Amino acid sequence: MNIVLQVWRQDSPESRGGFKTYQVKDISEEMSFLEMLDILNERLINQGEEPIAFDHDCREGICGTCGVMINGQAHGPQQGTATCQLHMRKFQDGETVVVEPWRATGFPLIRDLVVDRSAFDRIVEGGGYISVDTGSAPDANLIPIPKLVADTAFDAAACIGCGACVAACPNGAANLFTAAKISHLNLLPQGQSERWSRTENMVEIMEEFFGSCTNHGECEKACPKQISIDFIALMNADYVKAKFKNRRLVSQNG
Amino acid sequence: MAVTQTVEKKKRAPFPVEFYRSAVGKKWVMAITGLGIIGFAIAHMIGNLKIFLPDVDGIPDIDLYGEALRELFVPIFPEYAVLWILRTGLILMFVLHVHAAYSLTIMNRRARTTDYEGPRSYIAANYASRTMRWSGTIFLFYLLFHLADFTLGIQPAAPETWEYGEVFANFQATFDRWPVTVLYVTAAILLGIHLYHGVWSMFQSLGINNPRFNTWRRYLAGGLSVILTLGFIAPPLAVAFGVIT
Ligand code: SF4
Ligand code: FES
Repeated sequence: MNIVLQVWRQDSPESRGGFKTYQVKDISEEMSFLEMLDILNERLINQGEEPIAFDHDCREGICGTCGVMINGQAHGPQQGTATCQLHMRKFQDGETVVVEPWRATGFPLIRDLVVDRSAFDRIVEGGGYISVDTGSAPDANLIPIPKLVADTAFDAAACIGCGACVAACPNGAANLFTAAKISHLNLLPQGQSERWSRTENMVEIMEEFFGSCTNHGECEKACPKQISIDFIALMNADYVKAKFKNRRLVSQNG
Repeated sequence: MAVTQTVEKKKRAPFPVEFYRSAVGKKWVMAITGLGIIGFAIAHMIGNLKIFLPDVDGIPDIDLYGEALRELFVPIFPEYAVLWILRTGLILMFVLHVHAAYSLTIMNRRARTTDYEGPRSYIAANYASRTMRWSGTIFLFYLLFHLADFTLGIQPAAPETWEYGEVFANFQATFDRWPVTVLYVTAAILLGIHLYHGVWSMFQSLGINNPRFNTWRRYLAGGLSVILTLGFIAPPLAVAFGVIT
């Protein structure tokens, strides 16, 4: 099949970028979107042109590095799928496909389709951990956790940190990501000791980089792991509680 | 610019300020004040419907209702006192609601400065959710007109015959002017659109979320929007079409 690609090209964060159009001929429908970009890049290199910079790593939908905006949809037209798992058969022969980087102030552009998502790391550093005793490993299944709770926590833990939620959000908000990272620990017994400091910290660090949620629900539809905005409600509830509880702790310290 | 600087701890302000500083806190305040305003709107709508009740001893029922509002809890409180307490609360709720919306809008504009050029199509966001800022702002201007018209009697918003306390007569005089009727009907529809997203969104902001009743939030938002819109539209239309005289 043949497609026409309009790709955002930008040499550096400071330089002015723009769209370039490429005719990508003779590609297989079985290729993934990234494989199609590989082919295009090989051809560009052979012609002595700069290849298109794009992020990727695992190519099996688990690392979260590969996201780009494809025809105005984060990770492309197929829901619940990361860009690396998207296949060319989802496109029409001869179709024009617009490829852009994530656009958000919290994700500054590095080059072409690559953005700096380290703001997510800052959020996780704020509380995305639990304290465990070192020493011999505890017995498995020592802490009883209801199946439903474990499943829900696991749904949240499925977040791969790709940033599609921010990219798709008209407000550039990272509430779905942060809610997922907070919830998968807050729901489990192991996450309780830091629950309130975690929630307050992570939310407030998030707000230094990203916009605020207006409950459109676009993130949920863009998320390759289909994480539910119900987790955002959970985070909101915990944030308010955290504010009260942490205040009481502060007053105890005099 | 790489995002690598470490995050400095802000100085702690008094608790409510500290809470309101955060966007999640502002959304919580918007939800609570929104809830309060909805409560007022429901009471207001029910009050308006008294226009359809028959006169009591030659006095329109709605005039008596206005009188009763001024004299709420009268032997205990002086006249107007309780009314003004309620009004102050309402004004405060409006101020907070609008201020939170305004500062969050600024925050969100900063968070996304470049638009996508691809054929962006919204999947989940609906007309109501994307026009909250517009429906809210326009409604606010309408409110000023409405206060000038009914509460303060400032012309030309109010009809020439406006008289303090003559609710029924003022009502009729104002809706005898068809552009005013159109304005009020439009505002009621805007309110409905605003609430369709607002009511649903409120639960989310407050963190009231339970898979068992989540679908009901949509129904509740839709139902409340329709009831309030129809309830507010009925009296002006009844005057405009001469159903009540
Ligand atoms: S919540 Fe979903 S869209 Fe957002 S970063 Fe995690 S996996 Fe990506
Ligand atoms: S490359 Fe790892 S998720 Fe796509």
